[in-house]
Amino acid sequence: MVHLMEYLLFGTFILYVISSVAFVTAITGKKSRDGEKVHLARWGKRGLFFASAGAVLQVAFTVTRILISGFFPTSNMFEFTAFLCFAIVVAFIVIYFMYRTVTLGAFVMPLAVIMLAYAAVFPREVKPLIPALQSYWLHIHVTTVALGEGALAVGFVAGLIYLIRYVGLDRNSRTATMLEVCMVVVLMFVGFILASFAFGAVGYQASFQHVFEGQTVVQKYDMPPIVAPIDSQALQVQPFLGWRGPLFEAPSWMQGEKAASKFNSVLWSALTGLLLYGVLRLLIRKRVYELLYPMVKHLDLETVDEISYRAIAIGYPIFTLGGLVFAMIWAHEAWGRFWGWDPKETWALITWLFYSAYLHLRLSRGWQGLKSAWMSVGGFIVIMLNLIMINLVIAGLHSYAS
Amino acid sequence: MENTKCECGHNNPVGTILCEYCGKPLDESESSGQPLEMRYEGKARRSQTQNTTWFDRVWNFFSSVKVAVYLILITLLASVLGTLLPQEQYIPSNRPDAYYPQKYGTIGDIYYQLGLHRMYESWWFITLLSMIGISLVVCSLDRVIPLYQALKNQRVEKNISFILRQRIHQTVSTKEKEKESALDKWMKVLQKKGYRVRREGDSLLAEKGRFSRWGPYVIHIGLILFLFGVLLRLLPGWAMDEFVYVREGQIKKIPETPFYVKNVKADIELYDPQEMPQKLEEQTPVVKKYETDTILYEKNASGRLKPVHRDAIVVNQPMEYKGLLLYQADFQPNQAEAIRLGVKDKKTKKKLGSIRIDLYDPKPTYALKNGVTVRILDYFPDFIMDGNRPTTKSENPNRPAFIFEVDSPKLDEPEKSWMIAGTNLDDLNRKNRYTMDLEKIETVNVSGLKFRTEKSLPVILFGGVVAMIGLVMGFFWFHRRVWIRWAEDQLYIGAHTNKNWYGIRRELEQVSKECGLHLSFTPEEGQGNQ
Repeated sequence: MVHLMEYLLFGTFILYVISSVAFVTAITGKKSRDGEKVHLARWGKRGLFFASAGAVLQVAFTVTRILISGFFPTSNMFEFTAFLCFAIVVAFIVIYFMYRTVTLGAFVMPLAVIMLAYAAVFPREVKPLIPALQSYWLHIHVTTVALGEGALAVGFVAGLIYLIRYVGLDRNSRTATMLEVCMVVVLMFVGFILASFAFGAVGYQASFQHVFEGQTVVQKYDMPPIVAPIDSQALQVQPFLGWRGPLFEAPSWMQGEKAASKFNSVLWSALTGLLLYGVLRLLIRKRVYELLYPMVKHLDLETVDEISYRAIAIGYPIFTLGGLVFAMIWAHEAWGRFWGWDPKETWALITWLFYSAYLHLRLSRGWQGLKSAWMSVGGFIVIMLNLIMINLVIAGLHSYAS
Repeated sequence: MENTKCECGHNNPVGTILCEYCGKPLDESESSGQPLEMRYEGKARRSQTQNTTWFDRVWNFFSSVKVAVYLILITLLASVLGTLLPQEQYIPSNRPDAYYPQKYGTIGDIYYQLGLHRMYESWWFITLLSMIGISLVVCSLDRVIPLYQALKNQRVEKNISFILRQRIHQTVSTKEKEKESALDKWMKVLQKKGYRVRREGDSLLAEKGRFSRWGPYVIHIGLILFLFGVLLRLLPGWAMDEFVYVREGQIKKIPETPFYVKNVKADIELYDPQEMPQKLEEQTPVVKKYETDTILYEKNASGRLKPVHRDAIVVNQPMEYKGLLLYQADFQPNQAEAIRLGVKDKKTKKKLGSIRIDLYDPKPTYALKNGVTVRILDYFPDFIMDGNRPTTKSENPNRPAFIFEVDSPKLDEPEKSWMIAGTNLDDLNRKNRYTMDLEKIETVNVSGLKFRTEKSLPVILFGGVVAMIGLVMGFFWFHRRVWIRWAEDQLYIGAHTNKNWYGIRRELEQVSKECGLHLSFTPEEGQGNQ
């Protein structure tokens, strides 16, 4: 059963990869014998088929996991992120049937692939539910949040496409520079996944001993230490290419239990991302968004703007329902308060406020097009901050990491 | 905009953008050729017409969406600030003044000094939220009334420049004799698509989904109700939140209520390794359940406790009795409740018996065989040295310390002996004849129970439901309008929607096809669109 589950997950991943390739083929392959339109339609259909097949397989994975554990898998970082990936794919399929834009698939599906890979970085074993999570609200609340965020993520991707289309081959504007920075951040995210898997594959380990809240604790690293915990002693450090690190100690305010190890992972992500970026620039000899521009140059800006807005308009009510209304009902039942300013709750509110500002600016102050596209990117950054920073860095009631 | 009289003869209030009567844009100089600004139907709002009294000024301030967005963004940034370090209620210390600087250094100290450790209760944060509340009311009223009037009184026949300056527009040359059949066809097909169509002279107005325009205002009403529900919590007795620790077997009064609670039994259950769904590498036990068997008592007129309700409280399943909610909020297993001490005579090496001391309620003296008595001179339940002085940190017996005085007919004068957390202080007790040794610690489980009443919860929830209805109305439906006017051998078609332009374009293309016209409503630039 456990093996079946792992196969299903892997199958889902492969199908999402194939779907991404099909969508990219659809909008880049111009030398087709049957002409551009037929080519686009044919490969677009294939891309959609593989995306749907992947989603079906992911449903099968989810069902298998329910059969093993007895509860809906949204209880830890792996399960939530995997479900968020599913939600992104579902939102994309819905939007696809509204607007039939193949290009969107060529950008959303790679994001789904990255999401699933990111999910797989976290421990995947099935753990029983702790008392606080034993409630049917776990499924209702978390799945609704994820479905809302899936649609908002599609809004972000459309916003990004808008920016790439808008900037074109222009290099001198601030928008162009900012867009390229976005590309680097995405690459750093990919860098984190690559580094995690690479060091995981070779079984890299290091550990440091230090004092945390009056007690001596051992902090484990799964990436070579660039930064050590403050006032710590190295217990064991495997050499990495002959290098034994660490270069420096974490700043004094980073005193969380695993702060230094997480900071270290962030540094590795940044380094790997920059390395990827450097290699990419050397290979293509232009900016990353310029590489992507030919894929979107035929798009109508107004339509892309509308797709982004539409996805956000679908995601916003669902997010409100899951992230605020259901969240309050569950918090009332589980913790005896409907709102407690716990970091995760607060960040859900911050996300909601951000998109509320987006909607007001768009509807009442005419922020359409470029400004709106940037807002959709900003909203996704807030969602990601909530997913990554709050779960991993700031410990709260929702911290899946603990 | 001095002259607000339209060429059709209608007198518009100052601030009007589109003539209330015929829809003609009043300020031609402004970006002509661009699509019309259709917000609030171009009606003048109160905030644009009144600006004399202080009330008007306040109204105008709060009616601005710009101000609303600023308020939202400031609240957003403040909320971020409050999550940078944990709030006071989440720190493992009851001395925030010492905790923040110690744990986070200077940053922590500044954070504490600025009051950010309880930012969400601060006066300025509450003020921000209240301002958002006011803004919700004023913005909505300022817009919904003119919008309602405009939509209710809208006329079918619109000025041609109004139609031609819609984002979607088309012109078809139509002879006068074809006019009737063309207008008829458009009317029928649009009706089939669910539009309500009105005709006046040579003009058609087709409209559907107007109710979605009320969505935003319904959301705002929901949010106002929600905030109102939160405000109601300030009324005495509407929101109560108390926390007590109850030991097994103990009855405790619930503060501010006539109720008493008894912890009959408190249990912790761990997952059996057999029932783990998957073999885990680390075999740390996982808690399956915290449960407290609880009896709720009410004090009656004669001052006696009468049991009124009994239930097992589990996390996620609070007990409820007449609006009082009891939650399983904390669990402390195996807390010392009593100790049993064996008293021995060192000289005769005989045991004189043992005494049981209730750590929560120790007796002043305990009598033993042969006239030996143990008197408790001093008791520190949670012993700590404050300089040279012994004292107690709390009333909980976390580290019980005793000063005993043992007396017996065989002694000239009573002996003193010290015991801290079950251990004798040998240096002080060495010369003593009688020794006391710890035989047993009796433990019980302690449940942390949270008590709550939340009378405004129905209002809060209702507000949430209303806001959700508004969200669905506003975002999942669209307000679409099509204006058609025949004039001088031309059929002018214009259309507007509040969202989903792509959808209305496709719909109009289908409609025109069914009218046998095959018009394109897609922007030319996007012809190569997929």
